[in-house]
Amino acid sequence: MAVLKINSLSHVVDAPADTKLLWVIREHLRLTGTKFGCGMGLCGACTVHLNGEAVRSCQIEIGDAEGADITTIEGLDPKGNHPVQQAWLELQVPQCGYCQSGQMMNAAAFLESNPSPSDGEILEAMQGNLCRCITYLRIKQGVKRASEIMGA
Amino acid sequence: MTKHDKNLKGITRREMLVGSAVAGTGLVVGYSLIPEGTLLGAREALGAGQWDHQLFLTMDASGIATVHITKAEIGQHIGTALAQSVAEELEIDWNDVRIDYPDSDPKWGLMITGGSWSVNWTFDRNSRIGASARIALVEAGAKMMGVPAAQCSASNSTVTDSVSGASRTYSEILSTTTIDRTFSEDEMKALTLKKFGEYKVVGKSIPALDIPDKLTGVARYGIDVFVPNMVYGRLVANPTRYGAVPLSVDDSDAKGIDGYAGVAHIKEDPTGVNTGYVVALGETYWAAEKAAAAMKVNWDNGPNAGTSSADIVQSAKDAIADDSQGFTWVLEGDPEGAMAGADETIEAEYETSLGYHGCMEPMNAVAMESGGVWHLFCGSQFQGRFTAMTAAALGVDAANVVLHQCYSGTGFGRRLEPDNVIIAAMAAQQVGRPVKLIYTREIDLGFDFHQTHTVQRVKGGVKNGKIDVMSHDVCAGWATKRMAPGFLADSVDKKGKIDQFSTNGSDHWYDIANHYVRSIENTTAMAATPPGQLRAVAPTWTWWANESFIDEVAHKIGKDPLDMRLSMLSATGKNAGTPPNTVGGANRLRNALIVAAGKAGYGVKPMPANTAMGIASVASQERGSPSWTAVVAEVHVDPSSGEPTLTKLTVAMDVGTAVNPDGVLAQIQGSALFGSSRVLHENVTMTNGTIDQLNFDTWTPMRIHQAPEVDVAIIQNGHYPAGCGEPVVTCVGPAIANAVFNASGARVRSWPITAEKIKAAQRGA
Repeated sequence: MAVLKINSLSHVVDAPADTKLLWVIREHLRLTGTKFGCGMGLCGACTVHLNGEAVRSCQIEIGDAEGADITTIEGLDPKGNHPVQQAWLELQVPQCGYCQSGQMMNAAAFLESNPSPSDGEILEAMQGNLCRCITYLRIKQGVKRASEIMGA
Repeated sequence: MTKHDKNLKGITRREMLVGSAVAGTGLVVGYSLIPEGTLLGAREALGAGQWDHQLFLTMDASGIATVHITKAEIGQHIGTALAQSVAEELEIDWNDVRIDYPDSDPKWGLMITGGSWSVNWTFDRNSRIGASARIALVEAGAKMMGVPAAQCSASNSTVTDSVSGASRTYSEILSTTTIDRTFSEDEMKALTLKKFGEYKVVGKSIPALDIPDKLTGVARYGIDVFVPNMVYGRLVANPTRYGAVPLSVDDSDAKGIDGYAGVAHIKEDPTGVNTGYVVALGETYWAAEKAAAAMKVNWDNGPNAGTSSADIVQSAKDAIADDSQGFTWVLEGDPEGAMAGADETIEAEYETSLGYHGCMEPMNAVAMESGGVWHLFCGSQFQGRFTAMTAAALGVDAANVVLHQCYSGTGFGRRLEPDNVIIAAMAAQQVGRPVKLIYTREIDLGFDFHQTHTVQRVKGGVKNGKIDVMSHDVCAGWATKRMAPGFLADSVDKKGKIDQFSTNGSDHWYDIANHYVRSIENTTAMAATPPGQLRAVAPTWTWWANESFIDEVAHKIGKDPLDMRLSMLSATGKNAGTPPNTVGGANRLRNALIVAAGKAGYGVKPMPANTAMGIASVASQERGSPSWTAVVAEVHVDPSSGEPTLTKLTVAMDVGTAVNPDGVLAQIQGSALFGSSRVLHENVTMTNGTIDQLNFDTWTPMRIHQAPEVDVAIIQNGHYPAGCGEPVVTCVGPAIANAVFNASGARVRSWPITAEKIKAAQRGA
């Protein structure tokens, strides 16, 4: 049993404490925007925010997430209109879209800590997130565009 | 499910119906197969339940049009492009357009997504569907206004009388009148369609309809499906890729796991997808995961337990050396005689490695039985194959299996394979509950239907400074033979069947008077690594060989590789091309080369030390449906380490007509990087029947910091739309290898192109 605060709501979850946060978010709470990709923290598809930091939810046991503020793609913005989401729409970044929740969550946390990144800083920040449609050109543009929107 | 089958007997007419069964309820547009002996109009056919054979378009009373998309959405935004081609002729306000993805049904005919076919196969048909609905609406609107239809026209969801200026909106028409219009096949063919230059919707970069839901977590992929009372399935990895049998299973260690829900021990699979499975089940995924780790299985490792990558390569080399193997795919002129009479001959052998699809969404499926019908949920590129093979595995009538299409976390051909639904359904049948099966990344990688390993031998004869003869042996696993034998083609001498999808691309567009291509099946690869179709399929390897070889010959005889290509693309004889798909022939490839070279500054732009351009061109995917493509790659090779760095790709692609230019651009950008990743960063190998790589730490596709700049020219000339999702994949590999040669002097003829291979080639090893 664990109490998890996700997208500002507290959820009581009946699952062993070593269950990975990803599976509780997806399968127990049915917040399916967070995706399973590799189970080893190598692809970033499962990225959520834990107290504002981008983390790989497939690597975090729910017992370690109790008491933290957890945000998923569904809670990134109340209207689904976060600057990163705006930029992603404007530049038509997603193809299949499967990795893009993780890409956007990673980008949003990164821009909080570095609102005006250089190209090199963007590449470094985003290299843990795989995309197999290989939309990297637009992801890079998208992070820059989101930075502009946030600064405006 | 079977109600349409009766329509297939005694058909006398196939007509396009545009109609509504009841006044004021909208309309539907679809082919109807009218049974013999009846003379139904659209309305009667609707009433008789014969209206929805191949239903393409539905409009409701408020004027909203829904285009039914039977293609899989795998990241190509296909529904948007297909709806654009309908909307153009329908003269509908784009804001009134919706799409949906129907369940599988035999009425749709062949439901397959691949080959860069989707737009190319449907553009004309969709245009005619839109036009037929518009005509019916104009006629109905004219009738409402009491004027002749001939003086009315439609635009922006409104029918207007050109004499009085009066108008009726589609909504006004559809909410009040009955549409009852039938178009014979001849009438459909005779419809006058708009031409390039007259389009209002086609040719516009309309935002993709599927993207908004992909920004907020709303989009539903197969892995996001839940059904009541389901259990989670987690495969225990077989000890070999193919042919292992689980003799017995001991689950005593799993029994104490909270949420353990038993094990499905599947000792055989009548479909041959594999030879047995062990699926650990749990009330939660986490329980299934733990249970799989606790399962003790006694396996018979099967006949491929001794096969390694080197055996697959050797098998190919042996087959190529044996003249009795394989069948003839191309025979032009007198290759043997020309080779004997050549001034100089050049021979080279090219390899491509096993490829992994690496879909970000691992394979998964939900299978459940309800009321005698099996329901399957997942993304599928080949719905009919999924339902038919699941039915065979379950021993039920295929009419009682339905597939509910979901978004796919990419496809790349992986979702042509129904292993996910078969295993989920067999497990569900065994345990009597719905099963949600999710592959781990390790299972997904190890039990992919990999792109086959290939070996190709190319020999050329030069006479008077020109390539006069080319002989090309292609040895590959034949994916088509395994998965869709009906698609095998006759060899040119009719002596046997060939997997055209393992060979095409070798039938290139260069002027080479004497040309021979032999297609050979690699039986070792077939047994140990069941081959699948991976994005861009055979042209990935055939053009790798073609374009590496042309480059090698050019250097050998002292010609510029671009000049030599241009001199061989005269568009005469068999390379002249024919409408609609290949009109212009080799001239269009020539043009793409000139555009790419010009845009890249080929031969003009100053290049840093140890950095060079390489060029290649392709007419992928098939000779009958080419997208004329050229790529210039810029590569730096570190002189001490040999490490290659791809810095820029310039792509020129002639797609005839780009239905959605930004969508085409996205496909070109993605496929350029996908091909680069394949050639530079990805490798799959086998040891003792098992795939060596496990996850993204050992199988290492391109990451964002490794992506080069990509500069794209989309060439539009108003010709018929060509596919755009795959061809660039086939062109970047040889362009990169040719650039590596120009930068370092190292000719690398196998994938991946690595620093080690470059250093070895420089040493002359």
